[in-house]
Amino acid sequence: MFDFLEGYDVLGAFWTTVQLTVLSGVGSLVWGILLAGMRVSPVPLMRGFGTAYVNIVRNIPLTIIILFTSLGLADIFGVTMGAEDFKIQGFRLAVLGLIAYTAAFVCEAIRSGINTVPLGQAEAARAIGLSFSQTLRLIVLPQAFRAVIGPLANVLIALTKNTTVAAAIGVAEAATLMKSMIENEAQTLAIGTVFALGFVVLTLPTGLLLGWLGKRLAVKR
Amino acid sequence: MSSVLYDTPGPRARTRNVVLSVVFFAVLALVLWWAVLKLDDKGQLAGALWKPFTTSEAWTTYLLPGLGNTLKAAALSMVIALPLGAVFGIARMSDHRWVRVPAGVVVEFFRAIPVLLLMLFASEFYVRSTDIPSDSRPLYAVITGLVLYNASVLAEVVRAGILSLPKGQTEAAYAIGLRKGQTMAGILLPQAVTAMLPAIVSQLVVIVKDTALGGVMLQFPDLLNARSTLAANYANVIQSFAVVAVLYIVLNFLLTSFASWLEGRLRRSTRGTGAVLGAGTVEDLNAGDAHGAVSA
Repeated sequence: MFDFLEGYDVLGAFWTTVQLTVLSGVGSLVWGILLAGMRVSPVPLMRGFGTAYVNIVRNIPLTIIILFTSLGLADIFGVTMGAEDFKIQGFRLAVLGLIAYTAAFVCEAIRSGINTVPLGQAEAARAIGLSFSQTLRLIVLPQAFRAVIGPLANVLIALTKNTTVAAAIGVAEAATLMKSMIENEAQTLAIGTVFALGFVVLTLPTGLLLGWLGKRLAVKR
Repeated sequence: MSSVLYDTPGPRARTRNVVLSVVFFAVLALVLWWAVLKLDDKGQLAGALWKPFTTSEAWTTYLLPGLGNTLKAAALSMVIALPLGAVFGIARMSDHRWVRVPAGVVVEFFRAIPVLLLMLFASEFYVRSTDIPSDSRPLYAVITGLVLYNASVLAEVVRAGILSLPKGQTEAAYAIGLRKGQTMAGILLPQAVTAMLPAIVSQLVVIVKDTALGGVMLQFPDLLNARSTLAANYANVIQSFAVVAVLYIVLNFLLTSFASWLEGRLRRSTRGTGAVLGAGTVEDLNAGDAHGAVSA
C-alpha cells in the first residue's frame, strides 16, 4: 500500500525539516531575546530599532525574506554563510531567513510576558533596595519566562510549519519532496496524507508538552 | 516615563544611556556602511536601477496587476473561509458528540498542516481530477489552500468569540424561554461577531502574507511573482525586492493599525459585553496548537 514511498527519502526530508526547525528555533530565541531586551530598554535609540524591526519584519511575507536571502544576500551581498556547496548554502540561508522572521514573534511573546508582571512587583523590588539588574534577574524575568512558555510554544509550532517555505529556494525538506512526489506518482491523496501526518507528528507533541509545561509553571495570579 | 523595569533616569543613568546610544548607533552605522560598500561594488547604487519605478509602465504592467491578484486571492479566501469557519466553530461546540468530534478533528488537522502543503496538494488535485484551465489553476489552488487553513483558524476565532461572552447571556436567553438555536443565532453570534472583528482583520494580514507562497511555488501571478518578472526585465533585484517589500509592509501595516484601532474602540464602547478578541488571539491560533491556545 505504501510502495509509492520506495525510492524517496521521506525520512531524510523530514530530518531536514527538523534540523531547520531546531537551528532556527535556537537562533530566533537568542535574537528574539536580544530584540525584546532592546524594546524594553531605557535607551530610546534601541527601543526605536526594536520597534521598527518587529513592525517591519512581521508585515513582510516570510516567502520574500527567504527568497531575498538567496537572490539578494547571497548573489549581491556575497553572504555565502561559509558554504562552498550550493545546497548547504541554501540550507544555511533558509535558517538565516527563518531566524530573522521568527525572532520578531519571539520578541513580541517575551515582551508580552514582561508586561504580565505587575508594576508593583518592580516597585517593591526597588523599594527594598535591589538594583536594576537584580530586579530584572530575581523578580521580573523568572515570572516573565514562566508566562511566555505557552506563547513561545506557539511560535515554535508556527516555525515548524514555516520551514516548508524553504522550498522556495530549493532546500530539500518535506515540502520540496512532496512537490516532486505528487508530480511523479499517481497516489496524490496517499502522499498528501503521509506528509500531513508527518507535520502533525512533529507539531502535536511540541504543543502538548510545552502547553502542559506552560500551564504547570505559570504564575497564578 | 517609567516601566516595570526602570525608573525615570537620573544623572548617572542618563550618561549611561548616552554611551549605549552612541555604541549602538556606531554598530548600526557599520552594518549600513558595509551594505552600501557591497552595493557600490556590484554597481547597485546606480540611480538608473530605481528609474523604472518612477515610470508608469513598471506599475501598470507589473506591480499593480500583481497587487490586484494578491488582494483578489486574499479577499476571496476570506469571503469563503468566514462562513465555513463559522459553521465549523459552532459545530465544535455542539452538544452532540457525533457533530462535535468530527468538526474538532477537521479543524485541528488543517490548522496543524503548513499552508504550502495544502496549496501544492490542491494544485496537483486540480490537475488530475478537474478540468480547470491551467491559467486559472494557480488561483484556485492558492484559494483552496488558504480557505482550508484559514477556515479552521477562523473556526477557532468564532469559538473563542462565543466563549468570551459572559455566561449570563446564555442563562438569560434560556430564562426568557429561547431555545438553543435561537440563543446562538439571536443572542450569542451577533455579540461574538463584534468581539471577533479585530481578530478577523488581523487574520487578513496572515492571508495576504500567505498568498506570496502561491507566487513562488505555483506561479500564481501575485505581487511577489510580478517582482521576478519585473526584475528580469530591468535587472534590479535588490530594488524590486525593496519596493515590493514596502508595498506589503504598507498594506499589512494599514490592516494591523485598523485592527488595533477597532480593538480599542470596541473595548471602550459601552454597548458591548466588553469581550474583544485582539491580534494576540490570532497569533496563538495561527500556531495550530492543539492545547492551551483557546482555553485562555
